Amino acid sequence: MDIRVQEAPFDLGAEANAFAARQTGMGAVVTFTGLVRDLDGALDAMEIEHYPGMTERALRAIAEDAADRWGIGDALILHRYGRLAPDEAIMMVATAARHRAAAFEAAEFLMDYLKSRAPFWKKEHGPSGPAWVAARDEDEDALTRWAPDARDGRART
Amino acid sequence: MMDVLYFAWVRERIGHPKDQVESEAATVRDLVEELCGREERYAAAFADLGALRVAVDQELADFDAPLGGVREVAFFPPMTGG
Repeated sequence: MDIRVQEAPFDLGAEANAFAARQTGMGAVVTFTGLVRDLDGALDAMEIEHYPGMTERALRAIAEDAADRWGIGDALILHRYGRLAPDEAIMMVATAARHRAAAFEAAEFLMDYLKSRAPFWKKEHGPSGPAWVAARDEDEDALTRWAPDARDGRART
Repeated sequence: MMDVLYFAWVRERIGHPKDQVESEAATVRDLVEELCGREERYAAAFADLGALRVAVDQELADFDAPLGGVREVAFFPPMTGG
């Protein structure tokens, strides 16, 4: 498990290559990258605050949970903080598993959980001044599909 | 002595990121009550507990969580990572 919280930009290609290169016996690597979204072209910057110490603990717990549930061989969570420009990469996750279904599902699980269970807060800087981004109900609802009793037919092992 | 941390708009409303508190509060809710008695800006920040989340020693907790032996409590709005 590789958990990194950093202010500096990261090289998506280099990270994905390094992640894939260190695997043995895995048949699938899935990566996801989150970008600073600028819906109406008016965003000047996205500021990301986090809780040093708790952030790393929370991300590690989420990654270990994913490893337990899907038996993935490895995971990377890289999340930035500080002031980011529109279209910059905020974060990435990568998962490695023997088969693709586990790698995809574990990556989705990591994303769903870190959106509302890892202590990050986004603030948008636009023409009408700075504004904290409100948490969305959909993000909280997204977690229910991973509950042990959710009967949606998704693989659990 | 306990560190009480604030993040995002909670930090902005209170005006600083951290207090060191000597408290006999038994639970998080009791601690909030003590803080609200300090100054109006605390009461403003804690006006709607439903809009806040709390972590006790860096683990998410609820407002009834006990504070015995706790070193760090943090208050913040719902998280918006990813």
